Order: sequence, then structure tokens, then C-alpha cells
Amino acid sequence: MSTRLANGGRLVNRDRAVSFSFNGKQMRGFEGDTLASALLAGDQMLVGRSFKYHRPRGIVASGAEEPNGLVNLGSGDMFEPNARVTTTEVFDGLQAGSQNHWPSLEFDVGAVNAKLSRFLPAGFYYKMFIHPRPLWKHVYEPFIRQSAGLGKAPKDRDGERYEHFYAHVDLLIIGGGIAGLVAAKAAIGSGLRVLVVEQTAAWGGRAPVDGAEIDGMPADQWVAQTVAELDAAENIEMRTRLMGAGVYDHGYVLGYERIGDHQPGASLPKHRLWRIRAGHVLTATGAIERPLSFAGNDVPGVMLASAVRDYAVNFGVSAGDRTVVVTNNDDAYRTALVMKEAGLDVPAIIDARDGGAGALGAEAEAAGIRVLKGKGIAKVKGGKRVTGVATCAMAGEGTPQEEIACDVVAMSGGWSPVVHLWSHCGGKLLWDEHHAFFRPDPERAPTGAAGEAFVSVAGSANGAMALANVVVDAAAQGVAAVKAAGGKAAKVAVKAEAEDMAAMAPVWMMPQGAKYELRTKMWLDYQNDVKVSDVQLAAQEGFESVEHTKRYTTLGMATDQGKLSNINGLAILSDALNQPIPQTGTTTFRPPYTPISMGAIAGEARDTIFQPLRKTPMHEWHDAHGAHWEPVGHWRRAYCFQQPGESVEDAVQREVKNTREKLGLLDASTLGKLIVKGPDAGKFLDMLYTNMMSTLKVGRCRYGLMCSENGFLMDDGVVARLSEDTFLCHTTSGGADHIHAHMEEWLQTEWWDWKVWVVNATEQYAQVAVVGPKARKVLQKLGGLDVSRDALPFMGWAEGEIAGIPARAFRISFSGELSYEIAVPANYGQAFWDKLIEAGEEFGVMPYGTEALHIMRAEKGFIMIGDETDGTVIPQDLELNWAISKKKEDFIGKRGQERVHMTDPDRWKLVGLKTVDGSVLPDGAYAVSEGSNANGQRNVIGRVTSTYHSPTLDRGIAMGLVKHGPDRMGERLEFPKVDGTSVHAEICDPVFFDREGEKQDV
Amino acid sequence: MSEAVTALNGAASDGYVRVEDAGLCGMISLRGDLSDAKVKKACKDVSGQGMPAVRGIAGGLDGGIGWMSPDEALILLPYAEAPAATARMEIALKTVHALVVEVSDARAVFTLRGEAVREVLAKVTPADIATLPVGELRRTRVAQVAGAVWLSDETTAHLICFRSVADYMFELLSRSAMPGSEVR
Repeated sequence: MSTRLANGGRLVNRDRAVSFSFNGKQMRGFEGDTLASALLAGDQMLVGRSFKYHRPRGIVASGAEEPNGLVNLGSGDMFEPNARVTTTEVFDGLQAGSQNHWPSLEFDVGAVNAKLSRFLPAGFYYKMFIHPRPLWKHVYEPFIRQSAGLGKAPKDRDGERYEHFYAHVDLLIIGGGIAGLVAAKAAIGSGLRVLVVEQTAAWGGRAPVDGAEIDGMPADQWVAQTVAELDAAENIEMRTRLMGAGVYDHGYVLGYERIGDHQPGASLPKHRLWRIRAGHVLTATGAIERPLSFAGNDVPGVMLASAVRDYAVNFGVSAGDRTVVVTNNDDAYRTALVMKEAGLDVPAIIDARDGGAGALGAEAEAAGIRVLKGKGIAKVKGGKRVTGVATCAMAGEGTPQEEIACDVVAMSGGWSPVVHLWSHCGGKLLWDEHHAFFRPDPERAPTGAAGEAFVSVAGSANGAMALANVVVDAAAQGVAAVKAAGGKAAKVAVKAEAEDMAAMAPVWMMPQGAKYELRTKMWLDYQNDVKVSDVQLAAQEGFESVEHTKRYTTLGMATDQGKLSNINGLAILSDALNQPIPQTGTTTFRPPYTPISMGAIAGEARDTIFQPLRKTPMHEWHDAHGAHWEPVGHWRRAYCFQQPGESVEDAVQREVKNTREKLGLLDASTLGKLIVKGPDAGKFLDMLYTNMMSTLKVGRCRYGLMCSENGFLMDDGVVARLSEDTFLCHTTSGGADHIHAHMEEWLQTEWWDWKVWVVNATEQYAQVAVVGPKARKVLQKLGGLDVSRDALPFMGWAEGEIAGIPARAFRISFSGELSYEIAVPANYGQAFWDKLIEAGEEFGVMPYGTEALHIMRAEKGFIMIGDETDGTVIPQDLELNWAISKKKEDFIGKRGQERVHMTDPDRWKLVGLKTVDGSVLPDGAYAVSEGSNANGQRNVIGRVTSTYHSPTLDRGIAMGLVKHGPDRMGERLEFPKVDGTSVHAEICDPVFFDREGEKQDV
Repeated sequence: MSEAVTALNGAASDGYVRVEDAGLCGMISLRGDLSDAKVKKACKDVSGQGMPAVRGIAGGLDGGIGWMSPDEALILLPYAEAPAATARMEIALKTVHALVVEVSDARAVFTLRGEAVREVLAKVTPADIATLPVGELRRTRVAQVAGAVWLSDETTAHLICFRSVADYMFELLSRSAMPGSEVR
């Protein structure tokens, strides 16, 4: 069993016990424990079930590479799935639950899949579920989703908070192990801004666990001294619990800081996403130990040798009483020695190498540990926990020789440098034959804008494995990195004694000639249940590319992203393909290094500030008066103002009637207002609009259309000439920023020598449309500006004060009624609105929303950008030829409109549509004609672009684009509905109301 | 005449940095040749300040000029003076190709106070705020909207954004300054 040792545990505080629960069971740990070490201390080795076969899964590793120990944490709005037990720090009250089991972790029905594993080989889903097609959706997929899957999706809104932080540094060092710390020393006093980040809570990495000596002192002491020295350096910032998650172009790096994870309830942000711009990045990310592929290597109790050692030294936890070490290198011998020293039994070290180890081998034998050389494990005994191993000759087929009872198998297949961050942005790898691993190729580094390498690597991550090499490499890389970042490097002299180590021997399968039945029990990917036999089958079936094999077998596609399985898997693939490993290559390393929370990515952008919401000066008033909101770009506009007990539809109909009969107010503040000035302003606007603007007289307004270069209608609005050289261009609400950018682009790139300035003054003004037969009366009552017919005629504008507020009044109408649009400074917007409401009471004033605006414009046959246009419509389609100047030599879109397709007489054109039965046509409905097209679809000859119930006419009215429409007045069209029936509508003039325009010009 | 009211109407929040609505501020946008003597003089006459260098800001909210782009300056002055000052500038620049527009109402202005103003700003803007010199005006992105930021001293920052997103900005800054979320 696994348990807490009487002594030891350099990272735990034995004076501070914490209690937590696992699957409802109360357990105890110490401050400083990870969830994994605390679970092991309580003899909880079994932590989950695998994805496909529901095999029992135990803790394998002690760090970010852990594939099995994934748990659901917390509950309710603090629920978090897929938390890794090895990187989760335990705290008082922590609740954890295992995943992917049913009904319980101990007894899982899905484990029957394992008995059927013969029928669930690589590519099983692809082969099995392809036919018959309909069964996928209704039978296979629901079943697979039930049986496979890891964490549950949270059901509640996340109760935590998150944030971002932008940091700019000259040098970023990722990894706070010995290599990172040595390299950082080179930056002391360099004048550079330096940030050193470490993903765990402790500095120093593995060296203290391995009992290393640096500069003649124990590693722990050296680390403490160095961290203090770096902390004291003004130019260096040191941060723990901050993982380098991804490296991107231009020195952009994402860091993932865990702040509140281990201190819930402290009202801290849970995670902080660091968005770092670094001049140079040095990764000192260490190495990850590889598992060995032997039969039964997935039984709980089979762990990485380094992890077994970590639990003993860092947390004072023994993974078991009897540990068998199986290895192909010297490093794993340290685990045997540590366990022995802790007073535990180490029945044997099984070394695949005939020659055994160097100095550590002698030490082990001196400690009385039996060392079997040239041997391997034939099979692991046990189901939910290791009970023993059967040994065999490494060179053979796996005939068992001897059974050794044990409850832990500490395995080591050598180490792989963590090259992920190097690779994220294009750094290439070299295959190191001697150590049998991929390491960064310094000749092919990720490059910056000037072609310079902007990432470098130090220590084990760079392939320097023994500590003596690590300190030398890290010092050199640190100095080089400081120089690359433009600083003056300090001298770094750190010494560690070289050890007498025997070379490792690559072992990709144990034993070398393992039989098929053994190979079907050798796990490569623990989480996704990919075995040696699966990869071999994939190769046999023709999957030669490592990327294809990965997807076919799901090797390395689990949440650990193949940290343990990658190299072993591609070595097996290479062997099956009979080609060298570098020829097979690796799969692509993509960020993030380990999964980061969605909350951290979203940062502060949630709830009320999920998106910026643009508000007009009258927004709060609208909100308090029943506004039913609709989004228009980032603006919120009132769709209508509901009175108590009133439906949205009724409110809209009432608003239209009230405006047509009495007085309506519309908040038109969102309309774009661009001021265009200069000697060439008229010429410029003549190019932008289809009609002539340069002839507009000061004091007058003109409606204009704007097209894209291809001739398509893009925006429309009223232009007012403010002075001889100044125009005010109104744009659509959603188009203001776009049209402003459009103007600037033409001015800056094409007509850079024209004398024109543009300012976007949209938000300077609150704009209110005062509309209806009583519009003039209410303004006259407020007093000030002369708004009489003679002083301010239709399509004119005037400036002055209304009710004591500076105002500009435009006599323009989008409703067909007597109408003034009045702009006042935004800070007076609410006051002006209040005065209108107050003064308008005797005239029956009511505010109206965007839907009433839409209906009134449709009754008048006015087009709306976005309804009648969709990016494929030209003004000619909308019968707007009157607004296209024939006199002008050129305007943007002119040539586009002359193309053959644009002048085609068969283009659909705008008409009015009146349903025969008075009902409302469905929006977007298509008019059909006889026959069908090449795809077997019914031929269509038109579509509805706007459709409403008109309260003025008390019937359905619509506009639509119809083939030869204007020539077919009076014809009836059929519009099928989704319910199978059809509506019939008659083609008519699109102006349904007040064709002569008498009402607006009074 | 009615009272002018800012979008936030004087709101303030106290986190580890204080965030306040700076109240009514007069602002005039000028587009033109910033090296033109008449332009410089017109700007100085209403703000009392000389034209700042690239990315600079001269003076402050009571009277100042901010460099916004190679052909745009922002004049700062008391709110009540802005309309008349705009008119004066228009007259002064009658013979120059320049555009003068009052934008006092188009913006919301914030003042941030506290030791950690740089840190709070660094949570929401990608600009290198840690090295932003006092007296430099930085136009940048503030979370999801546009903004301009400057420091008048080590513990006071000023931020300008569009009026329509004043609520968003206030909530954003207040949340970023929430106690417990100190970075350092």
C-alpha cells in the first residue's frame, strides 16, 4: 500500500494538516501536498478509468505529464473538470471526484470493453460505425458518448474571476529549475527587464530530489541562495505557479498563472493569463521521463521511477512497500536508493542493459539491492493494483523466468527533453542517437522579424542531461540569451561534479521480441488506451505518416497531448515501418503546453463586460421606460417601448399609429456623423457617393448612396452642407466606423494629395427624430430656433438653440411624416429628450423604436441597408437610378456597375408586394416559378427583403427583389412557406403610403 | 439652460486603485499640419500650451494639447470654454487647410489614482505601460475598445474613451482594480 512516511517531505508542512474528500471519502493531507501526493498518502492509488476500455488507472507521474489522474473538482459554480491531481495543490475542503466511471470507480460496467478489446482495435470507430449511415446519429454516437468521455461539462456559470496581464520584457526565462536559475544569473545587472517563471510552486526542479550538489552545497541550499540573489536583482522578476503555455510569433508568449486555485474563498482571481512580449525567450523546461512498454504497464502501481522518488522526497509519501525498479538507464537507480534509504523494500532493479549501471549501480549493490542485468519484465501481475512482476530475458520473446512480489513498479525508459515551447513557433528538432531523444536543433530556431533566433534552450530541455552538463550549458545559454536580448551578460560560474554514468540503451519494447499477446497489453497512451499492437496495426494498414497514425489510433490525442506516449509511439511506428526514428519524425507540438482554463482565456470579459455595449445618452431613460432592446452593432437600440401588459407586436403597431397621427420621438443618436472638410471635400464626396454632392447648397441636405468598388450598395444617408468647404455625412448606425475607415483609406492611399480632412463626430451629438403632424408644434413650444416651413423648409437644416440647448435641426424624413432630426451635444441629450417628452405631452408624444421606424420607412418604400441590400445588390436593382449621377465622370463603383452581369436585364429588381389575403409574407421567402434547376430545386424568381404588418394600411406589406419585377405590376407570385402551404402576393409599387410626399412637406 | 451631464455622472470606485469619472472636459479635435505656425498659434491661444512632440502631451485637462497622430491634435480645456474656443480656432485657421471640431461630448474621461495605476492599466492594455513616461500620450486598445492614456505623475493616470462605452470602461477598470487581484 502507499502511505505517508514517518519522515521526509521537503515541500510539505507537517504542522498544517488539511482535509479533503475524494469520491465522498474524507482524506487528510498536509499543506504543500499535491492532490496526487495526498491521495497516495491515503493509499488511494486508483484514480480513474481509461477512455476506451475503462481500465483501472493509477497515478503514473508527479507533474504536468500525468495522463491518468484527472478529476472533477468542486461543485456548483466552482466546479472544474479534468483537473490534474499532480498539479493541483491540496487545500482544506477540496472536493475531488474521479471521472469516466459508472457506476463507481471500484466497479465499472464499462470495463467489459476491456474484455472486448480484441474487437476494439485501432481505427475501430472508423471501421465499425461507417455503415449504415443513419445509425451513426441515432445509435452509435449516443452510445459512444455515454461510454467514452472524461470530465463532465460544468452546468453552472463559473463563479470564479479571471484576468489578463500584459507584460513586456527583454528576456523571458521559462522554467525555474537549475538550468533556468543558472541562466538567469547571467542577467543580473544586465540592464534588461527579465521575467523568470516556474510552473510549480517551488523553485529548483528535480535537482534537490536527486540529491545533487552544486557549488559544493546541497541543491536545496544552492536554490534558496540563488533565488534570493535573483530576487534581490532589481531588473529580474521571479514568479512561481506561472506556466509558459505557448510561444508565438514576434516574441509573444502566453503564461498561465494559478493564483486562487489553492486558496479558494480568498477572493483572488483564479487564474491570470499573462500576455508577454519578450525580446528573447529562453526555455529551461527540463525533461520528462519515458515509460517502458511491457505487458501490463498500465496496472495501477506502475509508475515513473522519477515520480516514485518525487513522492518520497518531496512529500514524504511512499508509493508502496515493495518497489521493483525497471530501467534502461542509470538515473532510475536513484529511486531504488531513495526507497531503500526510506526503509522500504526494493526486491530488485531490472536493468535491460547487459552491462548495468555505472557508479549508481555499485552503490545499489552496496546497499544490498539485487540488480538483474539484461532482463526485462514479461508481465505485471495484478488488476487494480500491482501484486508482482514476472521477469524475462530482454533479448527473448517474454518467457517468464521468475516472479517477484511487489506493489510498485518504478519504470524508466530514459528522458525526453521538453521541446514543446521551442517547437510551438517553428523550432526544429534533431534526433540525438546517443541519448535516444529529440532535442532542439540550434541551427533551426524559431526566428523573429529580422531572421534572428528568438528562442533558445538551456539545460535538460536542450539535451544536457547530467547535472554537470546542465550547469555548463545553462550558463552558456544564459549569457548568449542576455546578449541576444541586447544586454551585458554577467559572468556565470556554477559547478557540479560529473558522475560516472553508463550510457542508456534505447528500449522501445520489453522484451525486444515480445509476442503478440504481450504487445496487446503494452500501453503507450494510458488515457486513450493505445497499445503497441494498435500502432503496429496502423502501420500494417498503411498509415505511414506519424500525423495520420496519431489520428487513426488516437495516440497522444488525450488531454496530456502525448507527453508520455509520443516518443515511444513513434519509435514503435518507425520499427514497424522499418525506418529510422528521425525519418518518422514527431507530431506537431502545439500550444498550450498543458490545458489552460477557458476562464483565463476569457479574462475579465464576462457578464456585463463580456462585450462593450455602446449606450446613447438616453439609454437609461429607455431602459426605465420599457425598452425592448435590439443589438445594432455594439449599440443597443430600443426596438419598441412596451407599456405595462403590452406585447412587443402591439407596442410597435401603437408606436407607428401614434407617430403618423400625433407625435413620435426616435433616438437616432447612433447614426454616423462624419465631418468632411477641405477645398477638395466636394470633389471627394462626388467620388464617394453615386450622386452629385458638390452642387449641394449650404444649408441644404441631400440623400446619397455609397457603393463599394465593385458597385454594390454599401451605405446610405443624408449629407448636409455646413459651409462652403464643410459637409456633414450621416451614415447608417452600423456603418459609421466602417465608412470613416473607408474615407480615410481612400484619402491616405489613393487621393493622398487631395485636401480633405475627416473627423468622426458620431458621439458628439445626441440626435432625436421629432416626427409626426405635431412635430413643429412641440418644437415651437420649446422655443428658440425658427422651425417654420419658410425658415426651415424640407431638406434644409438650421442651427441655433432649442429650449436653451445648442441644436442643429435637419428637416429630413425617413417616415414620410413632418420630421425634424435634431442634434444636441451628447451631454445635453437626456435633458433635451426630457424637455420634448414634457412639452409633447399635450400633443400625445410617445417614443418609438427601430421596428416602428422600419415599418414607416417600408410604408414609404424607402430601402434599408442590410434588408434590401446584402452585398450583392446594386442601386439599379433598387430602382434608385435617380440617385446615380449621369453627369459625373467617375465615382466609386461606377465601373463595377457597368459590368455585364450588373447590366443584365434579368437582374432581380425592387417591387412592392401585397398579399392577396392581407397576411404578412414570411421574411426571406422565395417566389417560385415552374420547373426545377440542375440540382433538382424549384426554380425561383424573387425573394422578400422586408415584410411587415402595416398598421396604417392594416394589412401585410412587403418589398422584394423580383426578376423583371417592375415590368410585371399586378402579376401574382407564389411564395411557399415552411409549413407546406403557399402565400400569394401581387406585385405593386413599393410606395404604399403618401406617394406624393405631401405629409412630409408641410 | 439645462445642465450638461457626463455619461457616468461623477461615478467613482475604490479598489486598490481609485477610478473616477473626471467630469466635464472640453476637447477639440484638430486635423491639419501640426508644424504650421498658424496651427500652432491657434492651438496655443486656446490651450496655453505649445505643440507637443510625437506621442507627447503638453499640459493637462485644464489646458493642454495631445499629439494624436502626425496630422491630428487633441486640445484640452475647460468644458464651458470649448464652443467659443472652437469658433476662435476656426476663424484663426480660415486660410489654412485644417479641420476643427469640438468633441467634448463625444468622450468619457477617467482619472485613476494610486500607487498601482500602471499595474491596473497593464491588465487592460497591450501597450508597455510599465515604461510609459510621464507626459506621453498613448493611444491604444483598452480591452475591447479604443482609448488614450497618459500619466500626469507616477500615481495618477488619465484615460479617454468614447462616451458610448463609458459604462464598459468604468466596470472594466473597477474590476481590474479589485482588491485581491494585485499582481505584485
